[in-house]
Amino acid sequence: MIENIPVLIVLLPLCSALLCLALTAVSRNLGIFAVKLSCLASFVLSCIQLQMVVTGGTIHYAIGNYAAPYGIEFVIDSLNAVLLVCFSLMGFLTILFAENFGNEKRPMLVGAACAETALLITGILGMTSTGDVFNLYVFLEITSLSAYCLISLGGSRGVVSAYRYMLVGTVAATLYLLGIGVLYSVTGTLNMGDMREILDQGGYDGAMLTAMCFLIPAFGIKMALFPFHGWQPSAYTHAEPGSRPLITGVMGKVPALAMFRFVYCIYGTDFRFVRIGLILLGIFSVFGMLYGSLMAMGQTDIRKILAYSSVAQMGYISLGFAIGTPIALAGAFLHMLGHVFMKGGLFFCTGAIRYKFGTVDINEFGRIYKKMPLTCGLLTAAALSMIGIPPTAGFFSKWYLALGAAGQHEWIYIIILVISSLLNAVYFFRLIEKVFIRQSSELRTRWESEVLELPLTIIIPVVICFIAIFGLGLFNVRIVDILLMTLEGVGL
Amino acid sequence: MNFMALELRPLCAVLISLTASGLIYVLGEHIRPNAREGITLTAAVLKIITVYSMIPAVLAGREIRLELFSIVKGVSFAFNVDPAGMVFACVASTLWILTSIYSIGYMRGHGEKNQTGYYAAFAMCLCATTGLCFAANLITFFIFFEVLTVATYPLVVHYRDAEGTFSGRKYLAYTLISGQIFFAAIVIVYSVSGTMDFVPGGFITADMLPMPWALVVFFMMIGAGIVKAGVMPLHSWLPAAMVAPTPVSALLHAVAVVKAGAFCTLRVVLYVFGPEMAKACYGADILAWMAVFTIIVSSFVAMRKYNLKARLAFSTVGQLSYIVLGICILTPYSTAGALYHIVAHAFMKITLFMAAGAIFVTTHKKDIREMVGIGRRMPVTMMAFTAASIGIAGFPFFVGFVSKANIILGAVSMGKPVFVATLIASALLALTYLMPVVLIAFKKNVDNPEFAERGDAAPAMLIPLVITAVISIILGIAPNAGLHLFDLAVMAGNQIFMPLM
Amino acid sequence: MMTMINTFLATKGIYFLTLVLLALGVAGIIVCNNYMKKLICMNVMQVAVIFFFLCLGQKSPGTIPVAMDTAVKASQYINPLPHGLMLTAIVVSLGTTGVGLSLLLRIREKYGTIEEDDLIRREDLMTRKNKDGGDRK
Repeated sequence: MIENIPVLIVLLPLCSALLCLALTAVSRNLGIFAVKLSCLASFVLSCIQLQMVVTGGTIHYAIGNYAAPYGIEFVIDSLNAVLLVCFSLMGFLTILFAENFGNEKRPMLVGAACAETALLITGILGMTSTGDVFNLYVFLEITSLSAYCLISLGGSRGVVSAYRYMLVGTVAATLYLLGIGVLYSVTGTLNMGDMREILDQGGYDGAMLTAMCFLIPAFGIKMALFPFHGWQPSAYTHAEPGSRPLITGVMGKVPALAMFRFVYCIYGTDFRFVRIGLILLGIFSVFGMLYGSLMAMGQTDIRKILAYSSVAQMGYISLGFAIGTPIALAGAFLHMLGHVFMKGGLFFCTGAIRYKFGTVDINEFGRIYKKMPLTCGLLTAAALSMIGIPPTAGFFSKWYLALGAAGQHEWIYIIILVISSLLNAVYFFRLIEKVFIRQSSELRTRWESEVLELPLTIIIPVVICFIAIFGLGLFNVRIVDILLMTLEGVGL
Repeated sequence: MNFMALELRPLCAVLISLTASGLIYVLGEHIRPNAREGITLTAAVLKIITVYSMIPAVLAGREIRLELFSIVKGVSFAFNVDPAGMVFACVASTLWILTSIYSIGYMRGHGEKNQTGYYAAFAMCLCATTGLCFAANLITFFIFFEVLTVATYPLVVHYRDAEGTFSGRKYLAYTLISGQIFFAAIVIVYSVSGTMDFVPGGFITADMLPMPWALVVFFMMIGAGIVKAGVMPLHSWLPAAMVAPTPVSALLHAVAVVKAGAFCTLRVVLYVFGPEMAKACYGADILAWMAVFTIIVSSFVAMRKYNLKARLAFSTVGQLSYIVLGICILTPYSTAGALYHIVAHAFMKITLFMAAGAIFVTTHKKDIREMVGIGRRMPVTMMAFTAASIGIAGFPFFVGFVSKANIILGAVSMGKPVFVATLIASALLALTYLMPVVLIAFKKNVDNPEFAERGDAAPAMLIPLVITAVISIILGIAPNAGLHLFDLAVMAGNQIFMPLM
Repeated sequence: MMTMINTFLATKGIYFLTLVLLALGVAGIIVCNNYMKKLICMNVMQVAVIFFFLCLGQKSPGTIPVAMDTAVKASQYINPLPHGLMLTAIVVSLGTTGVGLSLLLRIREKYGTIEEDDLIRREDLMTRKNKDGGDRK
């Protein structure tokens, strides 16, 4: 049992996803219950696994006992152990949250949405765990396909967004396949560790460069990195409201992790053209940070604001990769963790406000803090974290990024970080202003209760995100230490 | 055990206000206003006891240092109680309790809305102020500095109207931009020096930061401080922020926030760069001239303002530059003077603001020209106002004299006649813009029917402002009375310049 | 010169052709106005990659990877792994196409068209009519 944890984490949501529809047909809530249970189990198991990795070092798990490099291998180092905890927690919270957004009249549709969300979680967790490049492709496609479906459930705009995302996403997946094809043609292996060893022998620079040309756009599209972000704003905006926190908070991070694996774990920093790749990545990040924030300023739909802000925030993460020192990489991953809760949390808020008042236009958010103090508390905390005000998580990830940049004498990155936080401040304080200061607007309440401002299943995610934003900030050193266990060996 | 407790006291001082803030925000709407204000007052009393209890140890030269946990890799979240921080913490905590009492009178007398948020944010500001007094390193300092920036914002926009919103944006624009630049500078300082602990006399040396960069980093760091301290040309948020309720202007825009700016300047110039480095990179000189400019210009601007609070705001701008100037003269005397001016100006200016607020609540007058003969109606308030005005001008036997004399002494010992002249001229200028108010108030032979009846402000407002006025006289006669604040200031000055002598 | 081209075509020519096919697919996705055609182009693109992998696994004196009495050495078989991988890729491509087709049906149902410029026009119209789009239920 205990040695099978790595695969159980991924399998449990998969099983529940497959069972969900059948169980929903039996009883309306049974399917959702199964998914909830499996996600909670995944979360608990990934916590145990993190503990195991911290004490016992990297776990190599050969699926079906076919030893690597021939079989598929899950490699859990300290890096993805932490990410798995974070992603599975977010998955569980999203499932909790999502049950409030189903169409009561069509239980099967609710079950289907739930199953898709569970599949999305499976794909995400699988992509995070795997140590095999082709297995990564399979999980990437599981993630993408379930995301297409979830986005298409968000009304008629959602269908078109999903279709466009599908076209672009498939191009990305195909490019990825081509990239690993090129690498496979020279190394003859698909296992990441094995591939690293063979590539380290040298002499494959041409093939590696070719593969890099395919892989950077592939991951760029999947993580919505500027300038490959075209599909993202409308997809995030029109996705199914229940699963939106997961789609916006987690889905973009996993390809970023995969990109990190390729650049630092497979290629390594000895690769002759790695500098060129990193500079390119840096340019993308810098422009993405500026572009995302500038675009976000012009929007009035809160979902659009947050979607464009994600373009900017992905820039922070790839900026960390572009700087490349262990400390900057730790900053990037800390930002990844923090951003899961910030963006996820902001979409929990958006969903909660919409659940209660049925609006997403920030011009109608007049003084809703009086009616929803908890939600607005999280909104403020997450917004401050996005700007990077201490002691929230966002400040500390920015700190490590800036420190890494200073260590590499990349002063321009520090300037951009400062400018970007100020641009963030412009639109997030506009949001805070709307929530706290504007004249109260006449909003029709859709959900009333004497005791709670919202149903408990919405409050729990909101509160956990709030705690996580401050917890990740104040206790970042513990996490950074765990991250550095892996990162020390791979950075510049 | 006793030793343990002493170590934990700075943390307690911070946590008390933080807890109060949280309690007020969560419970505020569900409990009676009296209970809510009870939380504020209890916290204020506890805090004052905690802070005062550390004075003997600090005077005895004992080090109170507390390292909690690593806040970023390699640096811990640490408190260190030194004389300079102690002076500011004493002022802030003493005035919190007085302002709280005053606030209750003002807010109720004026029938304000959103009082819960107001008290919560107020407590939060005090938490941040105490935190930055005791912060042992740059990152701890910066955390509290930014918390203060954000926590003040709700107070600025308290009235939720167009003017408040505009002022709030202006305030954020100034403070956030300078704060982010400060952040970048901290990163640079840490990456070149590998340490962030404040050291009396500074830890940056010329070989870490060669010349043009030293000046750039100096101004990147100092920017945050001088924005908050309102040094021209970065002052314009301060008069705009006066739209807030008067107790906010009194405590925050005369004491906590602006003094935090001055304190930040002190920490950066003397504890990060150190006197030698600050002089070598010309930063201190440039800053001193900016302060001189501010002192003179703000006095002239203040003369042209007829809104009482606006006039006081510009007076604040000028007075804070005294502190900055005192720091930049770089002598032990002037440093002690500058630190003591934090005390002196706090008591005097808070008296003036409280008086202005009392006038506004009692008679609804904001314009000085409408206050003819108001001394007849509110004699006690106006007496206090007069005492504070004379103090601001720096008359002997008032607290302003002690600090200014020390700054001037420092300037003389460095042979800077221009600074001496500025300080003396500004004392006269202060008279020209504050005395007219007093003269108008007590004008003879005027029968203003509005002010014929005697009817002073409510006791909750009157008592605090009388106390502060009396304290500012007592401290003027005996600068060491009670808390030994002057000794602390002198100690801080000696600590910094000791290695040089 | 001719020999160079000849050797290139003999050794790398097939990869070159798959790349042309891939480029055609991508170009089609970009240029076509009709969403159905875009979907077809997407399939072309995926097929190109499948060809690419299959070519990798091919070698001329090899036979299909089924155990036979005549061939006992591994070198006598072609590499079965790319075929296995591509089986998966084909399944994925099938799934994607299925999702794409069902999305197309829904688009057609909701907008009455699958031409891109018509759709954009309609979306603009919806945005103008109801600032919130069709998302508010």
